Amino acid sequence: MAKTPIDKPANAAAAPEYPLTKMAIVAPIVGWLIPGAGHIIQKRYTRGILLMISVVAMFLIGLGMNGRVYGPNGGDILEILGFIGDLGSGTLYFLARIMGWGQAAAAHATADYGKTFVIVAGLLNFIAAADAHHIALGKKP
Amino acid sequence: MTLTLSHFSAAVLFALFASVVFGITQRNTTLEQIRYGLYCFALFVGGVIAAGWVMWLLRR
Repeated sequence: MAKTPIDKPANAAAAPEYPLTKMAIVAPIVGWLIPGAGHIIQKRYTRGILLMISVVAMFLIGLGMNGRVYGPNGGDILEILGFIGDLGSGTLYFLARIMGWGQAAAAHATADYGKTFVIVAGLLNFIAAADAHHIALGKKP
Repeated sequence: MTLTLSHFSAAVLFALFASVVFGITQRNTTLEQIRYGLYCFALFVGGVIAAGWVMWLLRR
């Protein structure tokens, strides 16, 4: 038996399921600049603090291991991707660039791990910022 | 100042922080987040140990 289409209100197609709010724009930007802050401004304090500790600790451990911080570049594709990953840490990245951190030549094998820590800290912060966006939209509690 | 970590301790720290972020961002309820975080941590560390044994076997 064929299903009969259900009549929808005239404005049903126009109304998005998750309307874009001001918070849905602000939260990911704040979360990108200050890791975890996108959750904290939405009163998800525990999640925000845990995210902040995780991203900041990874970034600092990476720097501590003499990990390289990439600058803007137009060269090798891996260097461009490294820069994009590093940029994910927001203010931490800009601070590192201003202070000249992460510019030392790799003197030992763990410096390569340090570079990975710094890049992954940024990538995890991108995920955290996207999560803050989803919370603001109402897709996630 | 240079932080000197062994390969294993660096891998465990990496697993810890990545698992926290994965747990919080990929699941909805607190219980699910804790479970998924622990699951990711176990996979990360288990993967490191398994890869270590594979390398040991290859070297012999």
